[in-house]
Amino acid sequence: MAIWLSRSRKIAHFLNPKIAYFLQPEDFSYKIHVNYVNSSSFRTLSGENFRSPHAFLDNSATVSALQRRCRRPESTRAGEQVETRYSDDDYEDENQAMDFPGGRVSFTHEMKFISEAADKRIPCYRVLSDDGYLIAGSRFEQVDKETAVKMYKSMVTLQIMDNIFYEAQRQGRISFYLTSTGEEAINIAAAAALTSDDVILPQYREPGILLWRGFTLQEFANQCFGNNADYGKGKQMPIHYGSNKHNFFTISSPIATQLPQAAGVAYSLKMDKKEACVVAFTGDGGTKQFRSDGVVVKGQAYGIRSIRVDGNDALAVYSTIRAAREMVIHEQKPVLVEALSYRVGHHSTSDDSTKYRPVDEIEHWKTARSPLARFRKWVHKNGWWTDDEESELRGSIRKQLLNAIQVAEKTEKPQLAEMFSDVYDNLPSNLHEQEKSLRETIKRHRQDYPTDVPL
Amino acid sequence: MILVAYGRQVDCAYVFGEDVGFGGVFRCTTGLSDRFGKQRVFNTPLCEQGIVGFAIGLAAMGNRAIAEIQFADYIFPAFDQIVNEAAKFRYRSGNQFNCGGLTIRAPYGAVGHGGHYHSQSPEAFFCHVPGIKVVIPRSPQQAKGLLLSSIRDPNPVVFFEPKWLYRLAVEEVPENDYMLPLSEAEVIREGSDITLVGWGAQLSVMEQACVEAEKDGISCELIDLKTLIPWDKEKIESSVNKTGRLLVSHEAPITGGFGAEISASITERCFLRLEAPVARVCGLDTPFPLVFEPFYLPTKNKILDAIKSTVNYYSSYDKSSPVHQHTLLEKNHLWIYAFNALDRRVA
Repeated sequence: MAIWLSRSRKIAHFLNPKIAYFLQPEDFSYKIHVNYVNSSSFRTLSGENFRSPHAFLDNSATVSALQRRCRRPESTRAGEQVETRYSDDDYEDENQAMDFPGGRVSFTHEMKFISEAADKRIPCYRVLSDDGYLIAGSRFEQVDKETAVKMYKSMVTLQIMDNIFYEAQRQGRISFYLTSTGEEAINIAAAAALTSDDVILPQYREPGILLWRGFTLQEFANQCFGNNADYGKGKQMPIHYGSNKHNFFTISSPIATQLPQAAGVAYSLKMDKKEACVVAFTGDGGTKQFRSDGVVVKGQAYGIRSIRVDGNDALAVYSTIRAAREMVIHEQKPVLVEALSYRVGHHSTSDDSTKYRPVDEIEHWKTARSPLARFRKWVHKNGWWTDDEESELRGSIRKQLLNAIQVAEKTEKPQLAEMFSDVYDNLPSNLHEQEKSLRETIKRHRQDYPTDVPL
Repeated sequence: MILVAYGRQVDCAYVFGEDVGFGGVFRCTTGLSDRFGKQRVFNTPLCEQGIVGFAIGLAAMGNRAIAEIQFADYIFPAFDQIVNEAAKFRYRSGNQFNCGGLTIRAPYGAVGHGGHYHSQSPEAFFCHVPGIKVVIPRSPQQAKGLLLSSIRDPNPVVFFEPKWLYRLAVEEVPENDYMLPLSEAEVIREGSDITLVGWGAQLSVMEQACVEAEKDGISCELIDLKTLIPWDKEKIESSVNKTGRLLVSHEAPITGGFGAEISASITERCFLRLEAPVARVCGLDTPFPLVFEPFYLPTKNKILDAIKSTVNYYSSYDKSSPVHQHTLLEKNHLWIYAFNALDRRVA
């Protein structure tokens, strides 16, 4: 059924200006559908709704249709006629709903555009108040003392690691760094809620998952220094961690490229009947590019179950990921979790974020909304953690990190041959030739090449 | 600066891309948004395919769309829009439509610590696509003239800027509006023994090699190609006809790089005139590495070595080697050499 509108300005005005784009009569091909609507519909449409009885007739050459895009105005007689015509029992059902591929769609006589924004934003699930108290009535997964303390210690470790590596970059000892500050709860609580069989496809702000799984501070330092103990063999920039033994895919700088890959990983786990899931992470760069209420609302659009959770509430993140993992594995369906948080650090050591966001906003999230402080209050209230333990932990982690940096710095760079390895499984002849030629060049011009790379 | 010059005159120019509203990560668009308004200079979502698609639409409506891709390494999500849309917009419509007002700017090349994803030189991919032009300036002054020409050119242009030079290059740039012709190479150093062809940041490395070679009595002619597609074959041809030798250098991996195209074309045109095989000094066939960057790059001394071995190609020929004797007999190489030498003397 075709709905006809003219290019009259009044019509454009009648409809929301934002959709005026759709009303431009570019497509005249629908004109041939005129015989589907009897002439009375013209009179009625124009007469009752648009107060311009001759709009269509006067300007018939510009008539255009918005078939499929617009619903009929509420009180058109044409609509009534159509309804009358199909009032027959045989047609009644057909008239209220139609079987459309993907499910039954009911009809409405209201021409109602779905708003670009819901009246209320999707609420955010949380368990702990800012003061670290359990919010009355919250449903959450219990965390025992051992797990809770390990979670807290890991969050502290991650924070100190970020501070020290960031400083190391500032001192010119490593070429680049990028912190996870502000996102410690997402990192650690998500890791704690998963098992080590679950496969991680990270963005680049989730080193806490590796930390939780036992990647050592020395291993982190080795990657940042690109030495010969780095699993990536010095090929990538700092923070591009990856660890096969920890089921953690190696980080790639481009944004969100890992999301479709995760679906492939998931399919493999499913076909192999593994009791494991895949978790792909992405941040604002991959999600918050449009004016929707975050990414959580896109769950429904894609037919994926979704939830919004307070990313600075470790207990809420933990409970959410535990529940999501259950659904994913046992119902074999994907789940989208949007954890609201705030990147307290700059994007990276190449960025000064105060150029595009207020300093007091950063400060607020750094202090008042700190995920560490909140979780610590809860652990402390449970009597599981003391101030003495805190200062001892911080001192010890600091010492371990400084040591790891020293060791990493002293460790040799990877052998020159590593430059050519891993392009393919085996070295093809062109690379053989290029390696040979490079070695001859180096012999002639040793002064051109760094001395810390063993030949 | 360049964009200011352009924006001043034309009210249908739009500049946009990731963080462009704030001045861009390399500060290229600093102050533009204040000067020309947020409706003309603005940020886009982090979606390269969207940026280029939007730019094509804008350009198709008769505007000058100047889209920035933050790093050339991140241009690949937009590859479909560039290759299948922008490049074929005119052709597929029989010239009813075109998106000639489109210019895509992207910083490319090594920067010292960029690793895989902040260092690549992807120009060859785009040179393989009929319908777009590919332009790479070597200096700030060149950048302004070539960018203005690219923006005003009635064809879509991919304009790669050497990011190595953003911080290093200092040059007097005229305030006035000036354009440098596209598809016109420039001899930036005259010489008689060998022709060197390059573009962008690599030219300054090549120039150093030319200076060094001169100390050894080798006279190098250095040519900035400037526009890679469509390129100025004639200028290179006439230079090689003069020198009899050619060396091409680029940072991108050697295999399938644009140097291969130049080498093949010049070999076709100057076969009898060439006194040595065309030399290519390029990046290696590995992903751009972090720790190994100094090894990967086509450095001054690699170029200098290639200049010397090209110039000394025949004198270094070991005539006692059976393989070489065989080659000489098979290809009658010596005769060609003799004729060439004679030819030069006569000329």
